[in-house]
Amino acid sequence: MREVNAKQITEVVRKLCIDSNYYLTEDVLKALDEGEKKEESPVGKEVFQQIKENVRIARTEQVAICQDTGLAVLFVELGQEVHVVGGNFNEAIHEGVRQGYKDGYLRKSSCHPFTRVNTKDNTPAIIHLSLVSGDKIKIVLAPKGGGAENMSTVIMLSPSEGIEGVKNRVVEWVKQAGSNPCPPIVVGVGVGGTFEEVALTAKKALLRPLGQKNPDPQLAAMEEELLTRVNNLGIGPQGLGGRITALAVNVEMIPCHIASFPMAVNLNCHAHRHQEAVI
Amino acid sequence: MSEPIRLKTPLTDGDVEKLKAGDKVLITGVIYTGRDAAHKRLTDLLKEGKPLPFDIKGQIIYYVGPAPAKPGHAIGSAGPTTSGRMDAYSPKLMEIGLKGMIGKGMRKKEVIEAMKKYKAVYLAATGGAGALLAKSVKKAQIVAYEDLGPEAINRLEVVDFPAIVVNDTKGNDLYQQGMAQYAR
Repeated sequence: MREVNAKQITEVVRKLCIDSNYYLTEDVLKALDEGEKKEESPVGKEVFQQIKENVRIARTEQVAICQDTGLAVLFVELGQEVHVVGGNFNEAIHEGVRQGYKDGYLRKSSCHPFTRVNTKDNTPAIIHLSLVSGDKIKIVLAPKGGGAENMSTVIMLSPSEGIEGVKNRVVEWVKQAGSNPCPPIVVGVGVGGTFEEVALTAKKALLRPLGQKNPDPQLAAMEEELLTRVNNLGIGPQGLGGRITALAVNVEMIPCHIASFPMAVNLNCHAHRHQEAVI
Repeated sequence: MSEPIRLKTPLTDGDVEKLKAGDKVLITGVIYTGRDAAHKRLTDLLKEGKPLPFDIKGQIIYYVGPAPAKPGHAIGSAGPTTSGRMDAYSPKLMEIGLKGMIGKGMRKKEVIEAMKKYKAVYLAATGGAGALLAKSVKKAQIVAYEDLGPEAINRLEVVDFPAIVVNDTKGNDLYQQGMAQYAR
């Protein structure tokens, strides 16, 4: 067994909170460059320029890209040969979020659903844990803003609707979301599994680097078709009209029950934030 | 692209009536922040017949919950939040003199109708460009509801704050127009 101190987990999570809110990954920067080139609407081009200038300011001045620094969503792959010592694993993560959001001057956006009273330290974090082989801990932290998250859905389709049913629902969903989720967006689609697993699958789809196709040729073709159809809606950057409504559509699929055909759409804004670290 | 129109707050009926959907504007002066929690409190005060914590006549409310300011900064990242959450409250505020709203995302039909009726406009700022938009904010001061944290009402002094007119006083909607122009 390899021992990892809980304090080290806290420190890594703290840094991931800050880095993910200050910096975008290379694939997203590239997608924004390409989007700006392809955009035909003058207002849309201007929005792309503002978005890129905003990213530059955030990086150089070390401030949050967006004031909505999200709930901290973590995907943790815990190696089964790791023994966490010196504290509770979950608490170590929450403490990292607490410190990161304070030290990084990030907004605390977590509240009681009924009273709306803020928890004031952005905890609890949303933690998705999976046990894997090996003696490492991989942590992906993806801050998720409310605007795009609100424009997400799970639909329990009838199996008779088939692949066309899924595609049509995705396009309809993006159309009704319109300007709300801060386009140009990234569309995460999950298909299969169960009610709860399909939502998680759609969220995981958002983590795949932009520009990287699904290895399954049928799903890769589906992603390409959906991107074209979504961009043909004309919603455009910030919904002001234009060619680029989405930077990418990522689809992930898992088997489902013979009676079921679940699908989920999880949208993300152009501040498509996530950073990862391995301990 | 047309040159942006310069707006100075507070706004008059005349100021807003000359704006049309698609116009770019640069706002200078005082604007107030407010999200749904603050809007609920404001409209509760009105229901009770009590005065608001600031004079709303001719003012603009910016739908934003800023990030905390770093030392030496006037404000943290400060981009718009989704405006639809304020739809339930906005017509009442326009009725008593609110002239402008800054946010992002679509407004309900009732809100667009209220803009026609009470002469007010809805402006969009670029969502997710909070670091850039914060540059236009020179001073921020809490005027009410400090307990709401990022949702407190702030009085912002802004210079050349960039926005675009989405809904004007004639009922035009840039989101509809833009989408129709580029849909295939």
